[in-house]
Amino acid sequence: MEYGLDKRSNALKIFNTTFIIVWLLVACFPFIWTFWGSFKVRADFFSRADWWYAITAFNTLLETGGKFTTNAYSQAWTEGEFWKASRNTVIVTFFVVTISLFLGTLGAYALSRSTRNYAFWILIAALIFRAMPHITLVSGYLFPFFQLQIWGILPTTIVVLVAINQPFTLWLLYSFFKTVPKELDESALIDGCSYFQAFRHIIMPVMWPGVITAGLFSLMLAYNDFTVTALLLNQENHTMVPKIQSYLGTNQHEGNLMWAVSAVVSATAPLFMLVMFFQRQVISGLTAGAVKG
Amino acid sequence: MPNKTFFWFFLPTGLAMILFIGLPIISTGIQSFYAQHDQVVKEVKKCDPFGCTVSIVVDQEKTSKIRDEKPLGKFNGFGTYIDRNHLAVDEIGKFWNETNSFGEFVDQVTNLPFYKALIFTLTYCLFVTPNVLLLGFIIALSLNAVTRRIRGPLIFGTILPMIVTPLVGSLVLFWMIDAEGIIGANLQMLMDDPYLSLKSSKTLTWITIIIYGIWHHSPFAFVVFYAALQTVPQEPVEAAIIDGASRWQRVRHIVLPHIYPVVTFVALISLMDNFRVFEPIIGFSAEGSAQSLSWLIYDNLVNEEVILFGSAAATSMMTIVGIAILLAPVLIRTWKEFRTAR
Repeated sequence: MEYGLDKRSNALKIFNTTFIIVWLLVACFPFIWTFWGSFKVRADFFSRADWWYAITAFNTLLETGGKFTTNAYSQAWTEGEFWKASRNTVIVTFFVVTISLFLGTLGAYALSRSTRNYAFWILIAALIFRAMPHITLVSGYLFPFFQLQIWGILPTTIVVLVAINQPFTLWLLYSFFKTVPKELDESALIDGCSYFQAFRHIIMPVMWPGVITAGLFSLMLAYNDFTVTALLLNQENHTMVPKIQSYLGTNQHEGNLMWAVSAVVSATAPLFMLVMFFQRQVISGLTAGAVKG
Repeated sequence: MPNKTFFWFFLPTGLAMILFIGLPIISTGIQSFYAQHDQVVKEVKKCDPFGCTVSIVVDQEKTSKIRDEKPLGKFNGFGTYIDRNHLAVDEIGKFWNETNSFGEFVDQVTNLPFYKALIFTLTYCLFVTPNVLLLGFIIALSLNAVTRRIRGPLIFGTILPMIVTPLVGSLVLFWMIDAEGIIGANLQMLMDDPYLSLKSSKTLTWITIIIYGIWHHSPFAFVVFYAALQTVPQEPVEAAIIDGASRWQRVRHIVLPHIYPVVTFVALISLMDNFRVFEPIIGFSAEGSAQSLSWLIYDNLVNEEVILFGSAAATSMMTIVGIAILLAPVLIRTWKEFRTAR
């Protein structure tokens, strides 16, 4: 709030700056620390003797001869089969984003252009669906999926993630479509377009910012999901997040905990890059539902 | 838009939601009334030169036959709901009669798995949600006072805890807080207690998970509040400054009323998300001292011997009831608004 009349005191300025710095440290330091530690050996990053080893790289020097080592990465990606997990994540994410955008734009467009009562009730139902804990849905899926013998494979998980994602996508895109003036498609209809043609050729071209935002959120959901992927995929098809958890379970192996550390860094880095590029869209998406609706 | 066009536009997404959100809830409901079959036992007579012995063994063939015929299990009615692992009706009755003081009774009840999980889940919601609102609001206010040019990177740093998945977020913190990590080791030195560790104390574990929850959710509250702050009208604020209102009075009487609807929105979303807390328990490997409702369901579903569908489903149904209770005030209000608007 930079109001012309508003002169803030120096004390307040100092307090404000300190607060922001402390908060940023709290928010970012864990990631920086993990990134740093992922290039060390386990005895350094999880040091019983002295945590200072993590900085001086005492054991890393002893074991590998250098201050930094990429052993954890190369082992996790090859021996730990993290390459397979990341390939699966790419497949799942790609299809979830594409399909949920396709379904979501159609549905949200219809909702935003309908004046009937049922559109309101559908949105309320979507809100209730949004509130369902994913694990309760998974407990509903498992048994039928075993019976139909579609458990464990990627397509099932993709469809499930698309469906779980729909309520949020609908709400988000609904609030974006509401901002596109009705006159735009009404004039197209008068000119003889069908609703689908108006949607395809008139509305979609001006909807790209909204579609990108919705796409980003679908991507984050599919990329970050643990509950669904851990329980609906078999070992072979595990995506990155359940894979990281599986490294934790086998603590006996000396290297494995460091595999988890390097896998966490490998999985987080692309996400951070993405958010860095699309920060504006992420924020507009988070606020669209709140401020406008 | 005509009904018919609406139908075709909405069909794909509607179908996806009905098939994979609506039906699973019904499927969960049905499963909760069934329990897994008991194993069929048979007597085997084993004779050797010294005589015959009769032993009881599991009849694998018959057991698997029954399981194949009725994969859903045997009908159990509300049996699963009231058994020891859920509402524990009998046990509570017993405790009521046997314990001498009310405190002892509460103690016994809160040791039952379901109530233990319920209490953790509610405690988590109760502590995390208000703190998330508060911290998010303070961050939004103070970032809003920073020069516009450097806000971008600051916002990026702020939202990092939110965009990583809860499992990764809790792991990253856990590796620092653990006895072998940087914070944990230093705390041990500071307190001069070599046995101080996260896992050794239930209270510490709870506090850690709650702090994690605040760390993870505050950025969301921040983003929404920050956007709402941009829409606060300037004139009343300037008028208040001229009238000599203090900074706190301005926030209290102008900014807060303006963003009030957003506060309820954030509170609601945050409450819904906190109620399903589950991944941090795995990330912090805190199963020993902290269990949530969602974790109970997960635990039943990854059971090694036989998946406890019925038990998981019963907990799921009760979780859904919990969500419904949380949502009820909002739904009732929306419905009233909708009726008056018509």
